[in-house]
Amino acid sequence: MAYKINKPARTLAVQSYVVEATKGLMITGARFFHNTFAKAENSKIATIRYPEEVREYPERFRGVHRLTHRTDGSPRCVACLCCSTACPAQCIYIEPAEYAPEDPRYGYERYPRAFVIDELRCIFCGYCVEACPCDAIRMDTGTHVPASTERAHFIFDKEILMSIPGRDGSYVTENPRHEPGDPSFPGIDRKHGH
Amino acid sequence: MNLLWSLLDSVWSLLGAFVWLIEPLAKVVFVLLILLSFAPVLTWAERRQSAMMQDRVGPYKAGVLLPGPVVNMVPAAAFGALLVAITLGLIALGSFVAMVLPPILGYAGMADDVIGPFRVGTIFFLCAILAPLHYGIARILPSLFDGNYLTAYGLIHPLADVIKMLWKEDFMPPRADKLLFSLAPIIAVIPAFATFAVIPFGPTVYWEHLFRPLPDGGDLGIASILQVASINVGILYIFAVAGTGIVGAAIAGYSSDNKYSLLGGLRAASQMVSYEVTLGLSVVGCFMVYDSLLLQDMVAWQMDNVWGIFVQPLAFVMFFTASIAEYKRIPFDAPEGESELAAGYFLEYSSTKWVMFMTGEFIEVVVSAAIISTLFLGGYDVPFLTAHGWEAFGYRFDLGATDSSTLRQFHVISDVMNSHMAVVLIQIGAFIMKMIALCWLSLQVRWTLPRFRYDQIMSLCWKVLLPASLANILITGVVILFFQTL
Repeated sequence: MAYKINKPARTLAVQSYVVEATKGLMITGARFFHNTFAKAENSKIATIRYPEEVREYPERFRGVHRLTHRTDGSPRCVACLCCSTACPAQCIYIEPAEYAPEDPRYGYERYPRAFVIDELRCIFCGYCVEACPCDAIRMDTGTHVPASTERAHFIFDKEILMSIPGRDGSYVTENPRHEPGDPSFPGIDRKHGH
Repeated sequence: MNLLWSLLDSVWSLLGAFVWLIEPLAKVVFVLLILLSFAPVLTWAERRQSAMMQDRVGPYKAGVLLPGPVVNMVPAAAFGALLVAITLGLIALGSFVAMVLPPILGYAGMADDVIGPFRVGTIFFLCAILAPLHYGIARILPSLFDGNYLTAYGLIHPLADVIKMLWKEDFMPPRADKLLFSLAPIIAVIPAFATFAVIPFGPTVYWEHLFRPLPDGGDLGIASILQVASINVGILYIFAVAGTGIVGAAIAGYSSDNKYSLLGGLRAASQMVSYEVTLGLSVVGCFMVYDSLLLQDMVAWQMDNVWGIFVQPLAFVMFFTASIAEYKRIPFDAPEGESELAAGYFLEYSSTKWVMFMTGEFIEVVVSAAIISTLFLGGYDVPFLTAHGWEAFGYRFDLGATDSSTLRQFHVISDVMNSHMAVVLIQIGAFIMKMIALCWLSLQVRWTLPRFRYDQIMSLCWKVLLPASLANILITGVVILFFQTL
């Protein structure tokens, strides 16, 4: 036994199409006139003029990397190689070096003579930021890597990475840094020995 | 000096001897200018309109780079225009007070008093027109620029398109029919232009009466009709020429050596042939009412009585529908349906030839808007505007003839508005405005309705529109007979 499926009822207005087409025209027409003549804050236009106007990325957006500064402008990085070890894409290259013997940090920390990130290899997973014990590498810049026609432009060295500010425009972080010799330095140093 | 005058005189008489050549040429140039300026503006309007109703920004990017000093002058120019607008407004206000106040206080008015070479009334009229104009310029001018680029609300995009199209490779399929493939775009685009020839875009111009109201009768001197060709077959010429467009689409599909093109060409041919029948039959009712096939007579009838849309509303809907189908645009664009036929009959076309197809299509939109406004919206008719000036319910708009001494001050307004030149310009402008409104409507339809299936297109034509147009003819005939026996 066959089921009888009732077709949706159609009024004459729907069937003739003229009325329905007119309704549709009125909807699109109302939208057209609203968006054409309404003030900018009232218009329903959803798209933006992209390269001229940009939308703010979400707060936790992982953007291009930056190397944070100490208060004296040197890199916070101590060249521990945690980030390059954690990097699944193996895009970080670090050359550690010792400070000069007269430097108060000599013997306690090292510094990166070279710190290079290949932004084309990077997968922006954020593991380097997780791995860093010194808050030296961050991805809170809020911008992405600028486009270029040359591969060489994507090899970001230490100077480039240190020249990128965070989203708030600062090169340092909120976490205070305790230098060897400071009273707040938690570890052992030459003055406050064993 | 005498020699110069006699030289000018001989040049003038030479021009007079060639007026039979110059006049039609001038009309052809004017019509071509209208059509060729409408085509790119419509491509822009189509994008802009779709963007506005789909909540997008729309075209804004293309622009002409202007030198820095020119762009830097723009805010100053806008401010200057604003200052001029304010000054003119103040002058208009001052002259208004000078004209209105004395008669109210019981003295003679100042309207005909002379300041410099002008009368006060003329100064008021000029300032009252020029002040809003300058204000508009001051408001619009800054928004035409985007940085150093002149973008003009995206109106530069068609220019960029044309430059791109002309530089593209003109590809022809290796096994295509060379002659027919090159001929098809020409056949498609020429009839679109040629159709406009019989459409009257303005009233008859009497050159000797330009600066005064047209007298009621008598010999009015040299006259020229604003219509490229007045042929006695009238609207039948339009159907004949528009029918030629089918050949272009069919040949394009046939000669491209591509099965999708062939299918598109077949669809285009059969669809256009079918709707040609409905297109013709739906306006037969109008011919019966207007009692003429000449378009200028139809306009004259509508000026004397009412617009055709009120007499033949069904014919208007059917003719509008059939003309959309005739120029193959959404919702009747099955011949070029992207989802099933790639691009249909012009699939293999590129570069200039493709531009010719697109131009032809947009010009068909413009021309059909012109035909519809002539047939149903009174052509160049403006309500209450006769050939002799503004007139409503037997009352003439003539401020100089009123009893009120305050109103009589403003007779310059009615003098200018009733002059023959003003009437002609307003009527041409009205015709163009009607065309713009109908083009807007047809673009709006294009972005509102989805494409019909091919069998729906055919059954709409043969099962709905054709019987309805026949019934329309029958009913119109009965009504006309009824009124004749009264």
